[in-house]
Amino acid sequence: MRENCRTFDVAVVGAGPAGLAAALAAERQGSRVLLIEREARLGGILKQCVHDGFGLVRFGEKLAGPEYAHRFLSRLSGTSIQIAALTFVSAIKKTDLFGLELVSAHGLETVLSKTIVLATGCRERTAQQVAIHGTRPAGVFTAGSAQYYTNILGKLPAKRCVILGSGDIGLIMARRLTLEGAKVLGVYEAKSVPSGLPRNLAQCLHDFDIPLYLSKTVTRCFGDARLTAVEIADVDENMRPIDGTQQILDCDTLVLSVGLIPENELAETLGVALDSATKGAVTDQDGHTSVDGVFACGNCVHVNDLVDYVSESGETAGAAAARYAVGTRKSIPVRTSDNLLYCVPQKISITKNNGEVVLYFRVKRELQNRRLTVRLEERTLLQKNYKQMRPPEMERIAVKLPETIGENETLYLQLEVNG
Amino acid sequence: MIREMICITCPTGCKLTVDLNGETLKVSGNACKRGEAFALAEMTCPTRSLTTTLRTVFPEAPALPVRTKSEIPKASVMPAMRYLASIVVQERLRCGDVAAVLPDCGVEMIASSDLLIESE
Repeated sequence: MRENCRTFDVAVVGAGPAGLAAALAAERQGSRVLLIEREARLGGILKQCVHDGFGLVRFGEKLAGPEYAHRFLSRLSGTSIQIAALTFVSAIKKTDLFGLELVSAHGLETVLSKTIVLATGCRERTAQQVAIHGTRPAGVFTAGSAQYYTNILGKLPAKRCVILGSGDIGLIMARRLTLEGAKVLGVYEAKSVPSGLPRNLAQCLHDFDIPLYLSKTVTRCFGDARLTAVEIADVDENMRPIDGTQQILDCDTLVLSVGLIPENELAETLGVALDSATKGAVTDQDGHTSVDGVFACGNCVHVNDLVDYVSESGETAGAAAARYAVGTRKSIPVRTSDNLLYCVPQKISITKNNGEVVLYFRVKRELQNRRLTVRLEERTLLQKNYKQMRPPEMERIAVKLPETIGENETLYLQLEVNG
Repeated sequence: MIREMICITCPTGCKLTVDLNGETLKVSGNACKRGEAFALAEMTCPTRSLTTTLRTVFPEAPALPVRTKSEIPKASVMPAMRYLASIVVQERLRCGDVAAVLPDCGVEMIASSDLLIESE
């Protein structure tokens, strides 16, 4: 049985931006790489993100999503990376190697790999995950589904549309649907502050005179076959609808942009420890999870706002998986002050010769004039001042670690009032 | 005259304050030089990139992602969409190929995906 199985050094699950970068980085180190993708075409969600703004950090250009993916896809052909598209990973079993059960049109196949890189991305929260009462007619879409209809199928899913949630994809879709001739009545956000980037509020809503309503939510759907109206209500500071504030809006479509959750079904079956703040795998600076030989990168670790950093984490994890050698790992924890929502990585693996690590973090709420101090016990490694910090904007810093680190030390990220 | 705006040049999204005093324009709040150029353009001739899809004759790939090669006047965005609604892509264009030319400003719409090559 064993001899008949294809064997790899690195098996990458998911060929979106994280998986593509991971596969390319692992192959560059000389690894035998298998890249597994459940869809027919590689590129992940970038395929339907036809808007631009991708790649500013990495390429210094404003690329459209498919174009950004193209930069990586065009490098695949010259490599030895084996691609399994239209293939689903149904289970992963760990013996001395990992056995991946693949399901495709060719049937079932078990492949073996020394390491796994999880690049499974994230999922959208759906109507079932936000309390909306009433009927369940057609016409209620997640922003990603509406985007798929519009940009991949070339079908306009809405004529009169209400958008719930001010996440970036919702804002992008408000503009996209307007450009294609739909009427977007407004973007409704239950929180008192918008979730999307300020530039998207400006170029997607303001440019097209689309109103943004804060502290309001959709509480009910109406319609039998197709949505005919939604009920909108004001919400209190706990985001509970306030009685007596309801109003009915006639519309045929409700688009939901109510958050993204890292996809970790496979990670959980492998026993990978998850972080309750990120909802993704706990990793070290190489994307190495709590399970030896299992790496994770991109949006399945934490939801990023820029694809450039997704690619960066993919490259880091892919290269680390290629270098992976079985052995005991020693790591120290990363702790943050209470005003930070999270920091990725959550731990730092220490070696005899520690180098630079990249830390990604977010604040819990909007803050002004803060100073971040990164310290190893009492040793300050880096300080950085921030004028303005907002939860939708992920921060990234590179920190040079001291060459030697004690096993009992802790890395702290402390954000304090500046001055 | 004082106007506030968000710079859309990069994801930082600086909050700019533009002070127009006669002929002189003073920009503050920008983290880099691009903010100043953006503010000047917004006050004189605001421009935007346009990204959309074009219909194709290929049933397996009915929509081709395209974008303007350079920014176009903001006021030309909706007219451009109306013009592009009449375009149907007949050839298997590559990423970067010209798919259409906007009549009023002469700016090219280029394919931003290899979709039509991949699906061949």
